[in-house]
Amino acid sequence: MTTHATAQPSYLVDTGSRKGLMAWLTSTDHKRVGVLYLYSMISFFFVGVGIGFLMRLVQLTPFQHLITARTYNALFTVHGVIMIFLFVIPGLPAVFGNFFLPILIGAKDVAFPRLNLASWYFFMIGAILAVLSLFTGGGAPDTGWSFYAPFSLKTGTNVSLAVFGAFILGFSSMLTGINFITTIHRLRAPGMKWFRMPLMCWALYSTSWIQLLATPILAITLVLVILERFFGIGIFDPAKGGDPLLYQHLFWIYSHPAVYIMILPAMGAITEIIPTFAKRTIFGYKAIAFSSMAIAGVGSLVWAHHMFTSGMSSLATLLFSLLTMIVAVPSAIKVFNWVSTLYKGSIDFQPPLLFALTFIFLFAIGGLTGVMQGALAINVHIHDTYFIVGHFHYVMFGGTGFAFFAALLYWFPKMSGKMYSKKAIYASWFPMFIGFNMLYFGMLILGMMGMPRRYYVHLPQYHTMHVVATVGSWFLVLGLLAFFGTLIYALFKGSKAEDNPWGGVTLEWTIPSPPPQENFEAIPTITHGPYHFEQESK
Amino acid sequence: MSEHVHRDDFGARLGMWLFLVTEIVLFGGLFIGYSYMRYKYPAEFHHGGAELNATLGVINTLVLLTSSLTVVLAIVAIQRAEKKRAMAFLGTTLALGLTFLVIKSFEWAAKFHHGLYPNAPHLGTLPPGEQVFFGLYFTMTGLHGLHVIVGLSLLSVMLWWVATDRIRADRYIHLENSGLYWHLVDVIWIFLLPLFYLAA
Repeated sequence: MTTHATAQPSYLVDTGSRKGLMAWLTSTDHKRVGVLYLYSMISFFFVGVGIGFLMRLVQLTPFQHLITARTYNALFTVHGVIMIFLFVIPGLPAVFGNFFLPILIGAKDVAFPRLNLASWYFFMIGAILAVLSLFTGGGAPDTGWSFYAPFSLKTGTNVSLAVFGAFILGFSSMLTGINFITTIHRLRAPGMKWFRMPLMCWALYSTSWIQLLATPILAITLVLVILERFFGIGIFDPAKGGDPLLYQHLFWIYSHPAVYIMILPAMGAITEIIPTFAKRTIFGYKAIAFSSMAIAGVGSLVWAHHMFTSGMSSLATLLFSLLTMIVAVPSAIKVFNWVSTLYKGSIDFQPPLLFALTFIFLFAIGGLTGVMQGALAINVHIHDTYFIVGHFHYVMFGGTGFAFFAALLYWFPKMSGKMYSKKAIYASWFPMFIGFNMLYFGMLILGMMGMPRRYYVHLPQYHTMHVVATVGSWFLVLGLLAFFGTLIYALFKGSKAEDNPWGGVTLEWTIPSPPPQENFEAIPTITHGPYHFEQESK
Repeated sequence: MSEHVHRDDFGARLGMWLFLVTEIVLFGGLFIGYSYMRYKYPAEFHHGGAELNATLGVINTLVLLTSSLTVVLAIVAIQRAEKKRAMAFLGTTLALGLTFLVIKSFEWAAKFHHGLYPNAPHLGTLPPGEQVFFGLYFTMTGLHGLHVIVGLSLLSVMLWWVATDRIRADRYIHLENSGLYWHLVDVIWIFLLPLFYLAA
């Protein structure tokens, strides 16, 4: 490379022969790919939000109104497919992993930049196929996002196309995983030893391994569903000697670890945010790094806790129950470490920290209700009720979603070079937080009372809580609109952001906002750990 | 600007190995299904295996193993800058791969002829375990055959690149990675052979 006598232009400036949209769609710059993911995902997120909002409106009365039962089935399927495959699973790694992983380890780009752009195209093709499946063929899939056999093999709706879309999305996810692992192994800056990496990198590293080891199982399972539908190979079909339970096992062998694909990078982002605003080094660096790997490992061995009532052997249910409880340990280690980091820190309270603390609160509820479900006796009682729905929204939305928002607030000034109105963000937090808890805590209570999930009508005794939850969803959507409205406004009218608005000490805060095209003028040499605050050295 | 002149052969090899891991897990899902079904229907799998032509299976194994050898020889030749020889070995590999597919297609055609394919009226009269056996047989050998086709396409591109000097003695990582992929195709077949053809 040539030596840079003058400063490089920012990555937002087109310097190649192509301009505007084409320059973005053909750029292999990891930062631009990250931003492409960000825009596409937030669009899908709002489609999912809209569907969720509609479903809550349906539950406003105990009777059928607004839509038919079949449409309701399609809505919860599509809501799940969009939110899980298009937002929560790829969310943090594809957006913030792509944008910040190379910067955090002092590299110019990921190991395979072209493959990285190709992954985005795979993502978009898969997403478009999944969305197309709603409007073509026999109508939107009505199986629930888990596509359980044998119903998914028999229903006349457009399952094959939706499943094929998910298959392609899996490809995107795997290729991103391969890219990140190779990047972390090969492209760390001189002196960036493994234990000097910011913890976000450890989180992305363990996530990538799950993506690599679990996604192919989903891929083959989905291929089998398609083959079964077109050729009737019989593996999941009891009439031909197959076993639908095998489908459930194969599906959850991927889809439970996928929960950790969703939450690990979220935890990584929180681990970056907390030291910056506590102005002190992270408590228990190695414990957090290893707990990420432990979650990735143990989390791969707990899948059958989704199937306690499916008729597995009682020995198997006992073992999976035990393993499920064990996976709570590394998760709790992280929570304790975050809290300990805040203890005696000189806390600078800013919007990203507010959302990070909200994450801890909501994730703790999600995690603890998860442990409850790991207990066999309770599980039988609450299986397939709103308790499950409430639980995983606390983890997925309260956990990953709020961590995504926190990360967005934390890195927005770096990515865009603009600063948002902090007051407006605080103002959007209130309806979001209150609405969230009305909606999903309401669901936890409904579940305990026995309200089954996926019903489009409800009995009168559940009515009050359903109304509370629906009103909560209005607050929540209001808060979300205000939140993203604030950020979009800042994008156009925001004041210019400083290079280091939060006083962070990891590498991304040493470069300009927005970052220059090759990230660094010269590749830095690292001489100390990632969270090295001056004022702390007493 | 973002197109860095950056070359990391070790990284490229690492990436390929990681990709091969995903391939192994992909087939792993099918192997799990196979083990479970065989545990459930041992006698039916025995009968099903007897329907397959073990001789053709073994011949195909030898064909694939030889083709793996010729890929390695092609890489050695390119390391020694013997372009002609490398092209000859790659050509042999392609020919052997095609032979494998031809033999495979004869086998499949025979099964179709005997009504031993999913949803066939004849297969429907057999016990459920045998139906699953043939469902798995077509799925697994079919997916493997797809990998053979992908591998052959890759190696054809490699042959083209050797001919046009894009692959040279000082730059052959693409050929090496394609070779790795071809070995994977071979290794998976080595597992498929005993599981289906020698199940009787």
